[in-house]
Amino acid sequence: MTDQDKILSEVTQGEYKYGFFSDIETDIIDRGLSEDVIRIISEKKNEPDFMLEFRLNAYRKWLKMKMPNWAYLKVPPIDFQDISYYAAPRKKPQYESLDEVDPELLETFNKLGIPLEEQKHLAGVAVDAVLDSVSVKTTFREVLAEQGIIFCSFSDALQNHPDLVRKYLGQSVPVADNFFAALNSAVFSDGSFCYIPKGVRCPMELSTYFRINSANTGQFERTLIIADDDSYVSYLEGCTAPMRDENQLHAAVVEIIALDRAEVKYSTVQNWYPGDKNGKGGIYNFVTKRGVCRGVSSKISWTQVETGSAITWKYPSCILLGDNSVGEFNSVAVTNNHQQADTGSKMIHIGKNTKSTIISKGISAGKSNNSYRGLVKVMPGATNSRNFSQCDSLLLNDTCGAHTFPYIEVGNKSSIVEHEATTSKIGEDQIFYCNQRGIDTEKAIGMIVNGYAKEVLNKLPMEFAVEAQKLLQISLEGSVG
Amino acid sequence: MLSIKDLYVSIDGNEILKGINLEVKPGEIHAIMGPNGSGKSTLANVLAGKEEFEVTQGEVTYMGEDLLEMAPEDRATSGLFLSFQYPVEIPGVPMVNFLKTAVNQHRIARGEKELTAGEFLKLMREKKEMIDMDTQLTNRSVNEGFSGGEKKKNEIFQMALLEPKLAILDETDSGLDIDALKTVAHGVNALKTPNNATIIITHYQRLLDYIIPDHVHVLYKGRMVKSGGRELALELEEKGYDWVKQENALQ
Repeated sequence: MTDQDKILSEVTQGEYKYGFFSDIETDIIDRGLSEDVIRIISEKKNEPDFMLEFRLNAYRKWLKMKMPNWAYLKVPPIDFQDISYYAAPRKKPQYESLDEVDPELLETFNKLGIPLEEQKHLAGVAVDAVLDSVSVKTTFREVLAEQGIIFCSFSDALQNHPDLVRKYLGQSVPVADNFFAALNSAVFSDGSFCYIPKGVRCPMELSTYFRINSANTGQFERTLIIADDDSYVSYLEGCTAPMRDENQLHAAVVEIIALDRAEVKYSTVQNWYPGDKNGKGGIYNFVTKRGVCRGVSSKISWTQVETGSAITWKYPSCILLGDNSVGEFNSVAVTNNHQQADTGSKMIHIGKNTKSTIISKGISAGKSNNSYRGLVKVMPGATNSRNFSQCDSLLLNDTCGAHTFPYIEVGNKSSIVEHEATTSKIGEDQIFYCNQRGIDTEKAIGMIVNGYAKEVLNKLPMEFAVEAQKLLQISLEGSVG
Repeated sequence: MLSIKDLYVSIDGNEILKGINLEVKPGEIHAIMGPNGSGKSTLANVLAGKEEFEVTQGEVTYMGEDLLEMAPEDRATSGLFLSFQYPVEIPGVPMVNFLKTAVNQHRIARGEKELTAGEFLKLMREKKEMIDMDTQLTNRSVNEGFSGGEKKKNEIFQMALLEPKLAILDETDSGLDIDALKTVAHGVNALKTPNNATIIITHYQRLLDYIIPDHVHVLYKGRMVKSGGRELALELEEKGYDWVKQENALQ
């Protein structure tokens, strides 16, 4: 092993920076899953009947489904009866000011460096912070309400806007779409709901921080975003999780619906606990994210920076139903140590003149495996459609793996689909060049990796991009705390 | 400043340098000339700390310290600068960020305060004028899409920003047209002080028309076969490397 390889392996075996556990009293129901448990969840949340029916329907379908095994992942067996499906902070929070919030919780947010209030306010971001399963604090709701924008926890939406939820829930991701989506549909605890009325351009970026906090609590978030005709919204989702020994299951569902000429930008920074250097612990992240461009000339773009989780299974997708609609997917996925990621996108062209772009940048280090899996499907009626996909992989050493599985189906002759892919190893010459200018190897790698991912990072909202850059560096660095 | 004693260097078991001796004092300009494959660039890279070369024998002292024990970045921050023969492209990393990081790493090593963005931009403007550097270049990614000449000029620009004690220019003149050559030479001369030293590695003597060396050495097959003053370079130009080769064959 050369010195450079040693440094590379040292800096790429960084410990998780956000590893800690905060001690907040939580209200947990017993482990296990049954119709009774689902009824309890629904009852605790005081849900309308249609919601319970939705859950039970999903549960019954889920019982007949099997965990998918087609991904390039080694997933240890998961005992779904050994998971507690509901945990809420015991003090149901309905705070008017920050002073009333559990100080432990604030401490947790501070450790994460999450500027819940002032900084976000200055930056013009409304935060709907979700700790475990129940929304703890929602800000700026009044400002948004003036424009008719609804941005609240999913539970609140069920209480206050049941008709909207009923109309759109399950429209992008049907209950039986896949094993994990069905599980989520049956047991989801909470999440965010967002509705942008006709012609409204949301004046600020909507932001949600997710966080897993209770031992052995699977986290099942549900997000529903509806952009009505001629509206626009940029939505940010960011998350970190405390260090844990036992694996935690995370199966979220995000649904987006864009109506005529509406545009939704959805940005994610995902930094769940990835497990330790030896591959012990870490979050299992099985996420279903899908947007439907239902209206003409509508647009949905997914931008993600994925650095966390022991296992990631995630394919944010766009169904381009409306004529002239546009779908985008921009992704940076970093895997280190023993992390595994099988991620990518699906672009389904149904409407005429639909366009999609996929930019995927994978970065692998340690003994990790990083796969891109994507489907571009152009239906026969989607004439004159276009797709461009670019999938690059960067390897930081000889012990990690990068894989690309592109699927392309084109059903007509007037559409054009392009796919480009590259795989490269980080250049020793590049590192030496930086060294010769006084920049140490750790900093050099951070710089080179950020340069490599720049095309995607540039798509993130400004403040998020800065966070993401730091995260890329941290996840490849040896720095602790 | 720099003292090389009986230096032997191999790569993959092939011996490239076979007993190099060289003394460089502050204020001096040394030219190392020689035909292709004589080991000139190897010497430059070994001094800068490139890992793939193995020093099998000899010692190198730089500013009183054992240079070979120092990490490449520490050699750099203690004032050793290499102008690369083939400057490396780093896509997506803006030149400005790269340079600011480099300058500040040097300042940290010297125990000085890091420059703010504003201070750095001011410094950069000064140095740009000195080297006659195109303003647009610093807005691009490191060396990406630069022409051969621009890359070389960019190396001298970095030298101007980092103000090294010992600069090693590895074939900085290759690929330059006469105007670019003059600009580069002008830059190197402008950066000259009684306290710093320069080693110019070149195949041709033409750069030495503009940068006048105090000492000229001829490297051939891993050995310094001739040393002399400036006139040696002119003699080489006139007689060609065959002269050295023949003379060496006779010995």
